[in-house]
Amino acid sequence: MTNVNTIPFAHRHLLDIARLNASDINQLLDLAESYASLSRTADKKQSILSGKTQINLFYENSTRTRTSFELAGKRLGADVINMSVGSSSVKKGETLIDTAMTLNAMHPDVLVIRHSDSGAPHLLSQKVDCAVINGGDGSHEHPTQALLDALTIRRRKGRLEGLIVAICGDIQHSRVARSNIALLNIMGARVRVVGPTTLVPSNATKMGTEVYHKMSDGLKDADIVMMLRLQTERMQGSFVPSVREYFHFFGLDKDKLTHAKPDALIMHPGPMNRGVEIDSEIADDLNISAISEQVEMGVAIRMACLDLLTRRTE
Amino acid sequence: MTPPVHALVNARLLDPATSTDEMGGLLIQDGKILDWGSHIKNEALPEYATIEDCHGFCLAPGLVDAHAYLCEPGKEHRETMATAGMAAAAGGVTTINAFPATEPVIDDPSLVEMISRRAKNTCAVNVCITGALTKGLLGTEMAEFGLLAQAGVVAISDGQFAIGNINLMRRALAYASMFDLPIIVHAEEPALASGGVMTGGRTATFMGLKSIPNCAEAILVERDIRLVEMTGARWHAAHLSTKDALDTIRRAKDQGLPVTAGTAPHYHALNDLEVGEYRTFARVSPPLREEEQRLAVIDALKDGTLDIISSQHLPQSADSKRVPFAQAKPGVIGLETMLPVSLRLYHNKDIDLLTLLHRMTVAPAKLLGLEAGQLKKGAAADVILFDTEKPWQVDGDALKSKSKNTAFDGHLLQGRVMKTFVDGTVVFEL
Repeated sequence: MTNVNTIPFAHRHLLDIARLNASDINQLLDLAESYASLSRTADKKQSILSGKTQINLFYENSTRTRTSFELAGKRLGADVINMSVGSSSVKKGETLIDTAMTLNAMHPDVLVIRHSDSGAPHLLSQKVDCAVINGGDGSHEHPTQALLDALTIRRRKGRLEGLIVAICGDIQHSRVARSNIALLNIMGARVRVVGPTTLVPSNATKMGTEVYHKMSDGLKDADIVMMLRLQTERMQGSFVPSVREYFHFFGLDKDKLTHAKPDALIMHPGPMNRGVEIDSEIADDLNISAISEQVEMGVAIRMACLDLLTRRTE
Repeated sequence: MTPPVHALVNARLLDPATSTDEMGGLLIQDGKILDWGSHIKNEALPEYATIEDCHGFCLAPGLVDAHAYLCEPGKEHRETMATAGMAAAAGGVTTINAFPATEPVIDDPSLVEMISRRAKNTCAVNVCITGALTKGLLGTEMAEFGLLAQAGVVAISDGQFAIGNINLMRRALAYASMFDLPIIVHAEEPALASGGVMTGGRTATFMGLKSIPNCAEAILVERDIRLVEMTGARWHAAHLSTKDALDTIRRAKDQGLPVTAGTAPHYHALNDLEVGEYRTFARVSPPLREEEQRLAVIDALKDGTLDIISSQHLPQSADSKRVPFAQAKPGVIGLETMLPVSLRLYHNKDIDLLTLLHRMTVAPAKLLGLEAGQLKKGAAADVILFDTEKPWQVDGDALKSKSKNTAFDGHLLQGRVMKTFVDGTVVFEL
């Protein structure tokens, strides 16, 4: 194999994109690229992580991210254990730190954590001896999502630098948005955020973005249109008045898409609300939608993350 | 062939938008203002013009009433667009901003279209529409401002209901700012006002009525101004009645915030003594205040802290007023008496005539984004002729509104509308 598979990674944990630099990101993307090819072959099983233990600690419901991490670990030969909140001691009132200490005593090599509180992975990382991967924390970051988005874009567009990326929807509550904004800025893309005033932080420009409240303006000449999921509880009059109004002004349909570049790529972190933030006509059009490729790249990125973060313990 | 021209000559032209106060005339052609000014005189007119001598009466743009309840659809026993239109025409009001407290509530874009159409067919004057701030006016969920704006509403408001939930107000302001819609608020902290039926003070104490303190108004105004500061949204206080709230508005304006405020004739003309022997027709919301507050309202109208006088026309059936004071529904009619009652300020030399008219024409038109409220070549000929001097006595039963709940029954007033034109057509003549 090429030498990308032997260089150590400069970080012990993957807690957020904000602390990575361009070469860290390129290293992850390059390695993931090779895993993407591998995943398309018939014999996917590797033994790089054989004998290593990966614990997926999910405090929030998740199907795709947890499955993706599980599959990534298994393809690399690790022993993967899933702990979900419902069946664990968390239900019995154990604190995050106590859980961390307990798990640490079992000597895992990598912990993947998803938590509804921003900063939970950071706290965990201070208490354990193994690598910690942030699988999404509150409204803070979802670094592997941003990495898989970057890989998808790079494969389709050949680069990240200089691209105009419009991130649309609920920016305020989105960890996907924060990770993507950070990553795209590091890699030299032009980032725009588009959404209703109630769902875009008032100081979003300080994050290195241009702020728009009209899709036609925000999508103008965009290379990439990233749609975000709108949570159901925010649709009925609290942040936006109704689904139909949201779709009318901020839902991505063919009409609004005409403002973007003709070869614009549509992305969505899933799960989609069809008819809320995205029209099925667009979501299912394989020529413009990269949504299923994002899922595929998700496994490759997570394989790369697991590989790189476990190298240091050797 | 040239369409006929109607000439109004020998009039005192009053146009607050251009600060014009001079003798002259105005030409109407095809429902529009063809020309106006001191050069329009009897002798200089083309021979095909019909000429009307105004005998030196005031000729001004029709009034724009920024705040009225038309009750149609759903509450037609209290008022209809037809009866409200007649009352408006008789009061010199040529544009009414209808509030959403109808049944169903105007929180749905399809209703806006229906009401506009009905108004065109049955109402003698122009009607524009304010959409609901919350669904069903229930104060819990934001209504569809964007779709309402596209359907043509000019503002967003929950009418007589204050928004107690500060978070909801914050988001509503932020959201409305996207569509450049002003939010019109009833400035009264609901928890403090709860159950109160008249203003706090000596009279309420003696009468044994549950009262609303003055600060209920100031607290909500203070609160909202901070939210305006944060969101940059356009905000308008519908009807202020207390000195402290007005001082807050003054400061906000000095700060350059997008804030405006209005009041209603009963707040500058009446005080809490009007309640007298538990007169339910003097029950309004916010309540009539003590004299000191009334004087503060006049000061604020004078210095521009209060931009707008609106009628706050709220028809109530006799049944809902013929009950003990505390059970009576608040509200008075006012379309027909807004101008004559407000002319008191002119006669008492509190405010000059042009400034007074400004508060009822250009200022509300600007708030609502309307072209109305000024004499403008090419604009719709919505104009009024009025006599500032004519004395008359208000007879509640003779007013044109379907409901007769006026607070000015029996009052002697000076000044009256003689004639009202909408789109160049006479819709009222005394």
